[in-house]
Amino acid sequence: MLSFAIRRLLQSMLVLFVMSALVFVGVYAIGNPVDILINPQADQAEIAAATRALGLDQPLWRQYWNFIIGAFTGDLGKSFAANIPAVRLIFERMPATLELALAAMVIAVLLGIPLGLWAGLKPDSVSGRAIMAGSILGFSLPTFWVGLMLIMVFSVWLGWLPPTGRGETVMVLGVPVSFLTWDGLAHLFMPALNLALFKLSLLIRLTRAGTREALAQDYVRFARAKGLSMERVVRVHVLKNIMIPIVTVTGLEFGSVIAFAIVTETIFAWPGMGKLLIDSINVLDRPVIVAYLLIIVLIFVLINLLVDLAYTALDPRVRLAGRST
Amino acid sequence: MVTRGRLVALVAQLLCVASASAAELRIGLSADVTTMDPHFVAAQPNLTAQHHVFDTLVRTDERTRPVAGIATWRTPDPLTWEFTLRKGVKFHDGAELTTEDVAFSLERPLTITGSPGGFQPYVRPIVAKEIVDRYTLRLKTATPHGALLQDLADVMIVSKRAAAQASGEDFDRGRAAVGTGPYKLVRFARGDRIELARHDDYWGGRLPWEKVTLLILPSDPVRTAALLAGQVDAIEHVPTADIARLRKNPAFRLEQTVSWRTIFLHVDQGRDQPPGVLSKAGKPLAANPFRDVRVRRALSKAINREAIAERVMEGLAVPAANVLSPSVFGHDPAIKPEPYDPEGARKLLAEAGYPDGFALTIATPNNRYINDEQVAQTVAQMLARAGVAVKVDAMPLAVYFGKARNRDFGVALLGWGSRAADLALRSLAATANPDKGYGAWNWGGYSNPKLDDLIAQSLGTVDPARREAIARSASALAAAEVAIIPLHYQVVTWASKRDLSYAARTDEFTFAHHFRPR
Amino acid sequence: MIAAQAPLREFTAGFARDRIAVAAFATLCLILLAAIGAPLVSPQDPYNLAQLDIFDSKLAPGAKAGAGFTFWLGSDDQGRDMFSAILYGLRISLGVGTLSTVVALALGMAVGLTSAYAGGWLDNLLMRVVDLQLSFPSILIALVLLAVVGQGVDKIVIALIFVQWAYYARTVRGAALSEKRREYVDAARVMAFSARRIVFRHILPNVLPPLIVVATVQVAHAIALEATLSFLGLGMPITSPSLGLLISNGFAHLLSGRYWISFFPGVALLITIVAINLVGDRLRDVLNPRLASHYGA
Repeated sequence: MLSFAIRRLLQSMLVLFVMSALVFVGVYAIGNPVDILINPQADQAEIAAATRALGLDQPLWRQYWNFIIGAFTGDLGKSFAANIPAVRLIFERMPATLELALAAMVIAVLLGIPLGLWAGLKPDSVSGRAIMAGSILGFSLPTFWVGLMLIMVFSVWLGWLPPTGRGETVMVLGVPVSFLTWDGLAHLFMPALNLALFKLSLLIRLTRAGTREALAQDYVRFARAKGLSMERVVRVHVLKNIMIPIVTVTGLEFGSVIAFAIVTETIFAWPGMGKLLIDSINVLDRPVIVAYLLIIVLIFVLINLLVDLAYTALDPRVRLAGRST
Repeated sequence: MVTRGRLVALVAQLLCVASASAAELRIGLSADVTTMDPHFVAAQPNLTAQHHVFDTLVRTDERTRPVAGIATWRTPDPLTWEFTLRKGVKFHDGAELTTEDVAFSLERPLTITGSPGGFQPYVRPIVAKEIVDRYTLRLKTATPHGALLQDLADVMIVSKRAAAQASGEDFDRGRAAVGTGPYKLVRFARGDRIELARHDDYWGGRLPWEKVTLLILPSDPVRTAALLAGQVDAIEHVPTADIARLRKNPAFRLEQTVSWRTIFLHVDQGRDQPPGVLSKAGKPLAANPFRDVRVRRALSKAINREAIAERVMEGLAVPAANVLSPSVFGHDPAIKPEPYDPEGARKLLAEAGYPDGFALTIATPNNRYINDEQVAQTVAQMLARAGVAVKVDAMPLAVYFGKARNRDFGVALLGWGSRAADLALRSLAATANPDKGYGAWNWGGYSNPKLDDLIAQSLGTVDPARREAIARSASALAAAEVAIIPLHYQVVTWASKRDLSYAARTDEFTFAHHFRPR
Repeated sequence: MIAAQAPLREFTAGFARDRIAVAAFATLCLILLAAIGAPLVSPQDPYNLAQLDIFDSKLAPGAKAGAGFTFWLGSDDQGRDMFSAILYGLRISLGVGTLSTVVALALGMAVGLTSAYAGGWLDNLLMRVVDLQLSFPSILIALVLLAVVGQGVDKIVIALIFVQWAYYARTVRGAALSEKRREYVDAARVMAFSARRIVFRHILPNVLPPLIVVATVQVAHAIALEATLSFLGLGMPITSPSLGLLISNGFAHLLSGRYWISFFPGVALLITIVAINLVGDRLRDVLNPRLASHYGA
């Protein structure tokens, strides 16, 4: 178990090296952030001085070397645009993204599993088919397009929900959250639904497939034949059978929800770290881009570990060391 | 559908926003504010937020002209500017503003490190600061510097006591953000909102809004949607596409004025083979056609500026002739926009030796100016009708500015806003000269010693009337020579609920303290 | 042997049992035809700026153009005929989606087969790389890549290949490993056939069919991803818009009542993706019921 965790960590460090080098080369190739943020009245000498002050006049390898040295002492550099450490900037934004991602997962699970079960139990009914058709739509609709339509319908035409932003927040254990106020919830609903849609469709399909598979198993048929009620069969056998894949997917997909939040945050002006990433790419704020990737990689490592732990808890036959991934 | 939607919106508004008191104002801003440290980056979104908290030594009115605010000034000799502070100006912490604070605030920009775009250019001309007494300060320049007032209009005055040891974060958290401005900083939530509370001892009198929230809403349609849904009371930079709809809606009110920002084309007349400028067959041309002023004028004639203003900008533009717009210092009203004349353009091109035209590529950013890539495409259509084959190369700003500085473009679209024509021409059209600091943005490589002289003369003249006369002749010369091809002056628009009014500003700034209930 | 090698007739009959899938297939064929024949069908070349007229801009569906033809789906802010723009946009979207998927498939197959056949440290190394890449969401990888390499059709194809290949590599390796253990491969080895011959003649044909099913659905995913990236401003250049960019461009006009600039490209994108997904779903059911329904992300 421990060696597994260490190996994962080392692999992720490698990814981090590759990604940060890539970002360094890329941002270097695109241009100089000073060109974008410079005071237009600055003359050539001032432009050169600002470039020097940020260390951007040095050869690329040296800039990268300085970054690596700094990274090992826990310093990922200051944001060029915001004048505070890049990591702090991201931690400022992280609660908003996590809240959005969690809300989306909750919506996906609370709707996806019952709908998937229903579609699995009654695959040929009209409702079952409708659910499946809906899930194809949910798969096919690009997130950004749905987001636009949601704003159009619910904010502009109907005027029910605020179109953008995060709304009122309350401090809970020093972290600002918005789901405890009415205003906050109203702001949270649309972006969370938008982000949930893809995972919701995925969960419906997975649950349906798992249910159908379980119902075809001998022991379930036997249980039915024994006269157990359908409700009990579902609760005892089917749910147990589909739980493992669903937990895996839910856990692993959480990372991708955080990543896809970039799109949703951009549309709904949700002040999370995905939007920060886009803004930072726009002004070539390299320290923030690199720090974002670092933090995302760490989150992924953590999620993967947690999922693996959940695996062992749910199914003792699974041995981590033996897994190929 | 529309009326019903509005009714529902109204009801929803009554229900959920009932808590917002009458003395609260919520404004949707179009760009993110990166820091509350007023001396870190001289970017307009940051300045917008900071102007609420801080005052500047020199204020500018709606038309960008310097006016007295917390100080008055005189020039005893061309190298000396004497400022007299208004008495009784209070900081948010209750202390009175003194010349110590001002001298500190004019020094602090030079001490900021690690900024990609600081305020150094504004305060560098000041070589000595002499504190005469609590209310009198003399600033010395090495050579006569007429633009000092325009420069100081962006330098915020901070409290020396609060800011002396402060870091950027101290400003963000509000500890160091102690100014004399109309609002106190309550909360700065980066990327989301800025909450402000009225400064009751403000020297400028009592303001109608007790509480102000500036919401960051960069996405255009979403900003409009926020206004329509009653989430905000007013928005800045109303998207062109939504103007017509809002104008028809009696629940809202629009305020407009011509902005200081001119959109123009830089055409590379400096080098022999500008990138992308080729024969129609894709072969290099014998000479750079843009060196011939007739070719530059021909391109200018081929552009239907009225059509761009009407169709692409939906009325949010005025055809341009000068380097800067009408209300800005040094604009020459005698110059008129080049009239649309495709036949004349063809004739001029033929005269210059290009009867069959040639090919060029217009480079443009796609996320910087209002409808920037649309404007470039429309210009391309129009030039095509005059026989010039045009491609458009649109890219995000992050890529664009780097390439432009690298001189990768033959024809490049740029927008410029400034408080004085001589300052703008110094950056855009003066012969590039790093020692003098001239021509830092002269991507076209235009060079004319006569123009350089006029710019130097104008900037070195302290008397505003004489300076403006020289700046005007510089503008006229640049226009006559087609140093750049001006396209249009942007029009800047604010939209608010019907019961609010705003004094539209040429410099595009959005100030809560300039909104009034009607 | 798997179902793919059953007679074609049986396969067609299996497919045709689902009427929705047949309709989707017909729609898809129509879309493909329209995209391929775009220059013949469309009244205007939307990429040639000289053919556009700013005075035709922002016209509602059904309006007449200055040049005489009718804007059946309206025109955009440059006077571009939306119908033509959608057809050309379909070409780009489908082209980018298909090309990137095919190349990614080939690349992934090469890696997967190499990995499966070589085994040992090479297998280990390649699969580590694949695992690592699969643990990151495609959008993030594509976003970083495009931010680094810049915009353009070629760049976006590269980015889409990059995000897809690993998935195929893993699938191919798994399939190839299970084939490798079968008797016919053993027999071939006993007969001292070369490694290449075994791979290409024996393993590949058996691995390919289920993969093509996956690839079909991946095309839809690639198109959606391209649209998303273009929407974020990191994809196509404005002068040769894909469907995603057309939607994004029209987004600005959505509230002003000029719904057609964004709506019709959106519908076209939606129909295309749904059709591909429906066909892909049916193909999978017919060809290989065992294949899990997990794709995307």
